Amino acid sequence: MASAPAKRPVLVTIGNPNTGKSTLFNALTGLKQRVGNFPGVTVEHVVGTLALSCGEVDVVDLPGTYSLSAQSPDEMVTVDVLLGRVAEVGRPDAVLLIVDATNLRRNLFLASQVLEIGLPVVIALNMMDLCETQGVRLDLARLGAALGVPVVPIAAAQGTGLDALRAELARAVAGEGRISPLRINPALRSAATELAAELEARGVPAAPPEIERALVDEQGYAERRLTERAGGELTARLQTVRQALSQGRSLATMEARDRYGWINGVVGAVEQREAREPGWRETLDRYLNHPVYGSIAFLLSMAIVFQSVFAWATPMMDLIEAGAGTLGDLVRSAMPDSLLRSFIIDGVIAGVGSVVVFLPQIVLLFAFIIVLEDSGYMSRAAFVVDRLMRWCGLSGQSFIPMLSSFACAVPGIMGTRVIGNPCDRLATILAAPFMTCSARLPVYALLIAAFVPQKTWFGGLLNLQGLVLLAFYLLGMVGAVFTAFLVNRIAFRGPRSRFLLEMPPYRMPQLRSVAVKLLARVRIFMKRAGTIIFAVALVIWSLASFPRVGGGDGQPAAAPAIADSYLGRMSRTVSPVFEPLGWDWKVTAAVIASFPAREVVIAVLGTLYAVEDADAGGEQRLVDRIKAAKRADGSPVYTLPMVLGLMVFYALCLQCISTLAVIKRETNSWRWPVTAWLYMTTLGYLGAFACFRFGSALSG
Amino acid sequence: MPVTLASLAPGQRGIVSGYAQDDAFTQRLMQLGLIEGSEVEVLRCAPTGDPIEVRVMGYALSLRRSEAALIEMDEVR
Repeated sequence: MASAPAKRPVLVTIGNPNTGKSTLFNALTGLKQRVGNFPGVTVEHVVGTLALSCGEVDVVDLPGTYSLSAQSPDEMVTVDVLLGRVAEVGRPDAVLLIVDATNLRRNLFLASQVLEIGLPVVIALNMMDLCETQGVRLDLARLGAALGVPVVPIAAAQGTGLDALRAELARAVAGEGRISPLRINPALRSAATELAAELEARGVPAAPPEIERALVDEQGYAERRLTERAGGELTARLQTVRQALSQGRSLATMEARDRYGWINGVVGAVEQREAREPGWRETLDRYLNHPVYGSIAFLLSMAIVFQSVFAWATPMMDLIEAGAGTLGDLVRSAMPDSLLRSFIIDGVIAGVGSVVVFLPQIVLLFAFIIVLEDSGYMSRAAFVVDRLMRWCGLSGQSFIPMLSSFACAVPGIMGTRVIGNPCDRLATILAAPFMTCSARLPVYALLIAAFVPQKTWFGGLLNLQGLVLLAFYLLGMVGAVFTAFLVNRIAFRGPRSRFLLEMPPYRMPQLRSVAVKLLARVRIFMKRAGTIIFAVALVIWSLASFPRVGGGDGQPAAAPAIADSYLGRMSRTVSPVFEPLGWDWKVTAAVIASFPAREVVIAVLGTLYAVEDADAGGEQRLVDRIKAAKRADGSPVYTLPMVLGLMVFYALCLQCISTLAVIKRETNSWRWPVTAWLYMTTLGYLGAFACFRFGSALSG
Repeated sequence: MPVTLASLAPGQRGIVSGYAQDDAFTQRLMQLGLIEGSEVEVLRCAPTGDPIEVRVMGYALSLRRSEAALIEMDEVR
């Protein structure tokens, strides 16, 4: 093997959720971060660069976790990274363990597991500022002695203690760090070491900590993976070792009892708690979880979020669209008509514009989500709404992603990261694209204005057009609930959905921390989703712009009429497939062209009918043009059943390349975007077919 | 039928005495501090009565009633 170039030292950060881990990571590494997925799992890892006195260090931020037990490959990544099994990371030189000083007992459970792995560890004792207000006094020297590694008191949100932490990390990375001698269950470790030697002799290398997990987490992922590698007889061997170690109870029960026994001893010696009067946090909790006030607070906060992504973002989105239009006009006036000009205007500017236009919604929504998360309210909101969401086959944590999908499924799906249960998360990801997003609205608006009669009742309080629009919003919700039900009850009969959620104390969100997190998420969207959206926009542009017509005799070749372009030809070829829905080739072309982004249908219909209209010398609005469209036999193309069918198609179909790109990103596999696309397209086709046929039969 | 955490009213507290089953989920509950002998206090219920919020090991945790029903309790007061 060729020697690799000198690698930078690797530091791994690990800790419980809600310990300020990402705040500390951001404070240490600043914006020098890159995000990647580990192969084969949906967990993403953030790698940042930390400047220490000894040089720059790569810092790998692992997802927050309460223990090293793993039921899935996603959870196993943490153990694998610590054991140096992940090629992208390599063997860690040191571990930065974040512990919440105000919640020492529960935090020390994971800490004790990490300390036993056998790497140099530095403990950052976070939230020291809150200890004071909560009346918690800690004997840090004793705590450090009990844990056997350096303990550095910090307050990550305020940035205090970070210099001391950096100095300690520099020592650890330079090889002067300390490895904790902690062994809570020496018999378990020696049994694991013995088994490791046995497996090694059989050509199956496995580290003792991994075998410990296989022994303790019965039928967990560590055991499944180990028996896959070593053969089925290992299962019986593990069982024998378990029986020898346990005293009639499961090793899992013993582990919890032993670790908390040790923890209670340590905490009893180092922590002193003074009783304090209930502070504002307790008062706030009483109101925010109150049956009446809590529900009102929840509805109010959701109304603000919904309002912001819907209304506040619109002016900015209009501005971006107008900007893209102006830029296109500038290029049009500055360049002669050519393939290059068309490529720049219709391909590059329109393509990039279609990505950037989502930004205001994404920024606003994420800003709200991050503030709600950092303040601790997100857990309360999930708590209040869990019952309702469970009725729909989802969990309380699915609520915000589903709500934000009314604006756009892209930030909604990115927001599913807060959902811990993988099955609930997948159900939410697959249900979110059914919610009526802002891109469906212009399509509905055009078709309803053209074909649903203006009828009002009760002095204008109710009108038919509004009711039809509402019906389509409801249709989307029904589709979402149906899908969530399908995923939870039929596709995955795995472990039942659980709701185990820590309720962290309320904290004031820090501007800097929110800004860094927001920037990181926006960057992910722009980089990963942006490249795919852009590529597809180019493909559609090419299909609509080729083959070139004219040319020769020194004349430049021109763009073809849509009917003669590859897009037009394709549409006529496949239009028999859509004939049962009552669509002619033009509708088919518009629908095909709008698969990357559904709102494109209006622009394509506009172009298609504009050509016809120009021939007739008319100057009509699009609404009137499509009303007047006729088939060869003189019958109208757009009948009410066909139009309603078309709207049902748009309601149920996944015509959004951004959403597909984000599903791919969030599930780290092509399986789910492809499944979602096939499933939703099928539903859309069947829905449109049923609507057209029933409607046509009814109307004679 | 032993008393379970699900049957405690807000304000009541008790000591965990055992579990109705032994699997990956109860292991998680134990890792979060709900081990035999630890004191648990029910803080409140959600507006619809479910899930519930409890205090254990000095922090607040919420869980559904169906999950709390797996945790057997002693010395309820």
